[in-house]
Amino acid sequence: MKTNLRSLLFFLSPALILLSVFLLIPIGAAVYMSFNKIGVEALIDPQTISFVGITNYTQIIFHDELFRKALLNTVIVLVIAMPLTVALSLSLAVLINSKLTKFSSLFRVGFYLPAISNTIAVALVWKWLLNGDYGLINYLLSLVGINGPQWLTNEHTAIFTIIMLVVWKGIGPNTILYMAALSSVPDSVKEAAEIDGASAWQRFIKITVPMLAPTTTYISIMLLIGYLQLFEEPFMLTGGGPVNSTTSIVMLIYNEAFKYFNFGYASAISMVLFFIIFAVSLIRIKLTKLGS
Amino acid sequence: MATVELKQVTKEYPNGYKAVHGIDLQIRDGEFMVFVGPSGCAKSTTLRMIAGLEEISGGEIYIGNRMINNLPPKDRGIAMVFQNYALYPHMSVYENMAFGLKVAKLPKAEIDKRVREAAEKLEITELLHKKPKEMSGGQRQRVAVGRAIVRKPDVFLFDEPLSNLDAKLRVSMRIRITQLHKELQAAGQTATMIYVTHDQVEAMTMGDRICILNYGKIMQVDTPLNVYNYPQNKFVAGFIGSPAMNLIQVRVIKTNGGVNLRLADELELTLPPAKAQYLLDYDGKTIWFGIRPEHISLVNADDNTTGSTIHGAVEIVEQMGNESYIHFSLNGVSLVARTAQFGSQTLQQGQDRVAFRFLLEHCHLFDLDTEENIGLK
Repeated sequence: MKTNLRSLLFFLSPALILLSVFLLIPIGAAVYMSFNKIGVEALIDPQTISFVGITNYTQIIFHDELFRKALLNTVIVLVIAMPLTVALSLSLAVLINSKLTKFSSLFRVGFYLPAISNTIAVALVWKWLLNGDYGLINYLLSLVGINGPQWLTNEHTAIFTIIMLVVWKGIGPNTILYMAALSSVPDSVKEAAEIDGASAWQRFIKITVPMLAPTTTYISIMLLIGYLQLFEEPFMLTGGGPVNSTTSIVMLIYNEAFKYFNFGYASAISMVLFFIIFAVSLIRIKLTKLGS
Repeated sequence: MATVELKQVTKEYPNGYKAVHGIDLQIRDGEFMVFVGPSGCAKSTTLRMIAGLEEISGGEIYIGNRMINNLPPKDRGIAMVFQNYALYPHMSVYENMAFGLKVAKLPKAEIDKRVREAAEKLEITELLHKKPKEMSGGQRQRVAVGRAIVRKPDVFLFDEPLSNLDAKLRVSMRIRITQLHKELQAAGQTATMIYVTHDQVEAMTMGDRICILNYGKIMQVDTPLNVYNYPQNKFVAGFIGSPAMNLIQVRVIKTNGGVNLRLADELELTLPPAKAQYLLDYDGKTIWFGIRPEHISLVNADDNTTGSTIHGAVEIVEQMGNESYIHFSLNGVSLVARTAQFGSQTLQQGQDRVAFRFLLEHCHLFDLDTEENIGLK
């Protein structure tokens, strides 16, 4: 038995080491740090670390206006972008799968490209496209007599610009997932519904969409997790501004940790975000189970 | 009136492949018609054209007096049962059966009545709340049949509905569907049924008439027994019957007294006058000679009845329990005999000089070029 355990550990060790170094230890460290006050000086002198109990948490939950703002921003992006991405991905998948669509592989590649492009590079391009004074988008709008807004510096439009970008980026891979799911819906089931008298719309809503439920659940949970971790898009496009109108929770964590060097506080926000994602995913899964 | 009539119906795909070549067929009101044929013979395509799931390239299809070419499936008065059941997986049995009726906006009470009646008829009442994935193949297929019944269609279409079931279940479902046809008729409900299968046993046992198709053409339409006993051509002769009819090329030789068929060197059979009369113009020509395995019997080795008994070498004996299939060869020509005789049990592979008598009054003769049955002219 001993030999068995030894060889077991030996073969598992590469995975265990990687998992520990990059996952378990950081998670443990984050939990520990979240109950402490840790500044940049702790890197040189660990003696400066002081245990503060749940103070970080109470501060975040009850007193931190900026956290509330970041949470609200993140929720706005999530609530608008998630259904939009799901609906657009499904619509595109149906269109590309349609027998009437020619060059469907070209469309597949086209819609998937944003997903494999580097977010930073893409965001930079968008930043220029959306520039209020010199951007291509406002130039095109001016051709038809519309005076385009300052997309990224206007408090009211900035968040929607972020939403547009994340949706644009999220559509590609999910369209591919939906296309695969659509092809697994047997033709005979749709034909049976056609004989049963269901119109094309009824067949889509009452037969196809319910049969895609497992894919929809998977996509929405992945999007949920992804959108709650929103960072690169606002970081690159707006830097969280104007007036924190696009600051997301992860951006706040970044700022707290690497701008203000409040590692303990940033870790505590990470923990709060973890519990939010955990709770929302759990609710989503429960709802799906109830629905089916 | 739920007659179905196909007039010169063709199906050509965009790539130019012609799947159905001008089919003419009349199916009577209340008839159980079976489409049978090998894979790719267009039996399913023809059924799907009747259903409206496949576009018709040419010709006309009538259900009753209505031409249905351009009607959507829902307006054709048909219901269809698919090979893979095609149940809606997210709906319960009840919802599956009620779906079409709900779409048609029937009153709730009527829907409930129809679903429960059909469920009772098919003995699936206790399954009404279950989802398809919780049921066996046989139960699912009964639900699929139930979904068809509740619509009270003029014509039922079955597309190989039993192919996914195991052999035992297939037999019981076969009987159930035949019973259902009779029950519906007895209840005064129109029950014209068109049933596609590649299984000739289903075709023979279920159909009032069988339509045998090959390469998109009708080979023969007739009652099961007529198709078996009087095949119009070599294809039908070879397709219907298991083991298949022995079909070999023979040379026709006119003799003083009648007509002989030369199977091989020094192997000749003398046709009885009733059969010989058809071959008067075939002297010296080669034709296809067909004889069913049950029309070749084992006789005593010393039986030398000239003209109908031939000695061959046994190759393989397949014991089926109640009967045996004896595969034997005559100068290199392979044939099979079907016999219930006990003598077959003592036969051994490779045994030479076994006497077989050919019951030639039951043989079939086909033209070499047209492959039509010469005796049915």
